Amino acid sequence: MTTTKITSRRSAPGSSAPASAGSAPHNAKPSPSEKKKWGYTVLAIFFLAVMLFPVYWMINASLQPNGTTLETSWLPLKPNFSGYATAISEQGGNLGTSLIISLGSVALSLAIAAPAAYALAYFKVRGAGVVLFAILISQMIPGIVVANALYTAYNDLGLLNSIPGLILADSSHGIPFAILIIRAFMNGMPSSVIEAARVDGAGHVRAFWSIVVPLSRNSLITAGLFTFLFTWSDFLFALTLTTTEAVRPVTLGIFQYIGAYVNDWSSVMATAVLASIPAIILLVAAQKYIAAGTTGGAVK
Amino acid sequence: MSLTTDVSRAKSRPGSERTRGGEAGQDPQATPTRGRRNRKTRERVFQWLFLVPAVIYMALFFGYPVVKNVVMSFQDYTTATFFTGEAPWVGLANYAKVLSSSLFSTSLLNTALFTIGSIAGQFVIGLALAVFFRRRFPLNGILRSLLLLPWLLPLIVSSAVWRWILDKDSGALNRFLGQLHIVDTGIPWLTSTSLALIAVVGVNIWIGIPFNLTILYGGLQEIPDELYEAGSLDGATGWKSFRHITWPMLRPVVNVVLVLGVVYTLKVLDIILGLTNGGPANSTQTIATQSYRLSFQEFKFGEGAALGDVLVIISLVFAVLYLRASRRSIDE
Repeated sequence: MTTTKITSRRSAPGSSAPASAGSAPHNAKPSPSEKKKWGYTVLAIFFLAVMLFPVYWMINASLQPNGTTLETSWLPLKPNFSGYATAISEQGGNLGTSLIISLGSVALSLAIAAPAAYALAYFKVRGAGVVLFAILISQMIPGIVVANALYTAYNDLGLLNSIPGLILADSSHGIPFAILIIRAFMNGMPSSVIEAARVDGAGHVRAFWSIVVPLSRNSLITAGLFTFLFTWSDFLFALTLTTTEAVRPVTLGIFQYIGAYVNDWSSVMATAVLASIPAIILLVAAQKYIAAGTTGGAVK
Repeated sequence: MSLTTDVSRAKSRPGSERTRGGEAGQDPQATPTRGRRNRKTRERVFQWLFLVPAVIYMALFFGYPVVKNVVMSFQDYTTATFFTGEAPWVGLANYAKVLSSSLFSTSLLNTALFTIGSIAGQFVIGLALAVFFRRRFPLNGILRSLLLLPWLLPLIVSSAVWRWILDKDSGALNRFLGQLHIVDTGIPWLTSTSLALIAVVGVNIWIGIPFNLTILYGGLQEIPDELYEAGSLDGATGWKSFRHITWPMLRPVVNVVLVLGVVYTLKVLDIILGLTNGGPANSTQTIATQSYRLSFQEFKFGEGAALGDVLVIISLVFAVLYLRASRRSIDE
C-alpha cells in the first residue's frame, strides 16, 4: 500500500491547483451563488469532522488522567499530561529507535534510488523496462512472504534485532516508490543541461552529483519524506525481525501495549499521538514539495 | 503506486520520446569504428553502474524472498532447523496440510469478505466524496488535503485508536449510541465472532477512503468541462451526466483503483493484528494473518511459507488483471 500512498499524494497537489483556483474570486465558469458555495463548505467540514473524529478522539483520550478509563469526557476540558509522561518514559527509547531507523532508511533509499532513477530516466539503459516491470511486480508481493524468508536469512547472518537489519528491510517500502517518483521527475528534466556539463568534461558521477541532484532536489525531498513515513509506520518487519526488546520501534511498542489488557488508555493514546507527529508534519510539508515538484516540471 | 507508475509513464511519454528521437538521430551518422564501439561499451557499463545498486537491492529483498519462500514451502522448516541447519524435503506435504486444514476455508472466506467489503466501501464513499469535491467552494483544497490524514497515520496507530473507540464498555461508539438510546448495552464490536469482521472491515474502509478519494478526484479533474457543458445542452444533468459522462470517462482510473485496492487489501496484516489479532475464535483470520501465525507464533515456517505462496498466487491473478487494465488505460 505504501507506494500507493505516495502516488496519490503526488497527484493531489496537481489536482488541488485547479480546485483552489476555482475558489479564487476570478472564475471564468459561471458559479453558484456565494451562499450555496459556503453551504458546500459547511458540508465538507462536516465530512471532515466525521472522518477525523478518531484523530480527535486519540488526542482527547491522550489528555485524560491516567487510569480513568471508564468515562473519557467528550472534551479535554482539564488536560492532563500524565499519559505523555508515561508514554515518554516507557516508549521514548522506542521513538528514538524508530527515528534512527527511519533516517537510516531515508539515506539508504535515496542513495540507491536516485542514481537508479537517473539511469532509467536519462540513459534509457537497456533493460530499463525489465527493471520497471520488476518494481511494479514487487508491489504485489505480500510483506509476510518477504518477512518469512528474511527471518531465516537474518537469523543466519545475525541481523535479527539489529538496527542495520531493520533499515535494510524497511527500505523495501521506500526504494521502489522513490525510484518511480524521482524518475518521473527526472523525465521532465531538460537533458541539454546534463549534455552541456558532459561536453564541458564532467564525468558521469560529477554530472550526476553537481547537476542532476540539485536540479531534482524537490523530488528527492518528496521521496525522502515518504520513505521516512513508510519506515516510521513499518510494523511487519518490526514484528517479525525482532525477538527481544533490544531494538524495538514504536509501532511494535504500541502493539505490545494493546496486545495485553489495557487499563491505561491515556498512555497508549499519548504514544499514538507521538507516533503520528511525522504524518502530521508530512501532511503540511510534503504538500509544498509535491506542489513545487509538479509546477517545476510544468514550467519546463 | 502502480497508479503512479501509470501516471508517470503517461507523463513521461513526451519526454522519453524526445530523447529516443535524439538517439535515433545520432545512430544513422554513427559508422562505428572499433574505438568508438569500445567507448560506447564503456559508456554503457558506466550507465549501468548507476542502476546496479537498485537491481541488487531488489534482487535481495524481493527476488530472493520469493524464491526462498517457495523453497521453504517444500521443506519441513521449523525452529529445529535453526539449530541443526537441516530442513528435510517434504514435497507437497506443507501445502496438503495447510490447504486441508479447516482454518484454510475460514481464512479464505474471511480474506474474500474483508477484501470485497473494504474495497466496496472505500470505493463508493471515496467516489461520492470525489464527486462532491469537484464542486467549487471556499476552502475546498485545504479540506480535501486534511482528509488524507487517516491514510498517513501508521496503521498500528489507527488500530490502537479504533480499539479504544470500539471498546465494548467505555468506547466512544457505544457511548454515542447509548446516549442516542439506540442501544442499551454495549455492543461487543471486536469481541463477538459475528461482529468482529464487520468492525475490521469498517476500520479498513476508513483508512482507504482518502486513497480512493484522491485518485478518483484526480481522474475527475481530467474530464474536460466542455463535455458536461455539451451534455447539459442535451439535458444530461445530475445523475444522468454522471452515468453517461463521468462514469465512462472515469473507467480507466476506476479499473486501476479497484485492482490496486484488491492487491493491497489482500496483504493487510497490521490492521487485523492490531484490532483483533485474528480472533475472536479466528473470526477475523485471513490468509495473511494465518501465514504470520504459522510462521511466527507456531514456528512452522514451511507451512507459513506455503500459505504465503497461496497469497502470492492470488495476488498475481489480480496483478495480471491490473497490468491488462493499466495497459488499456494507457492505450485510451
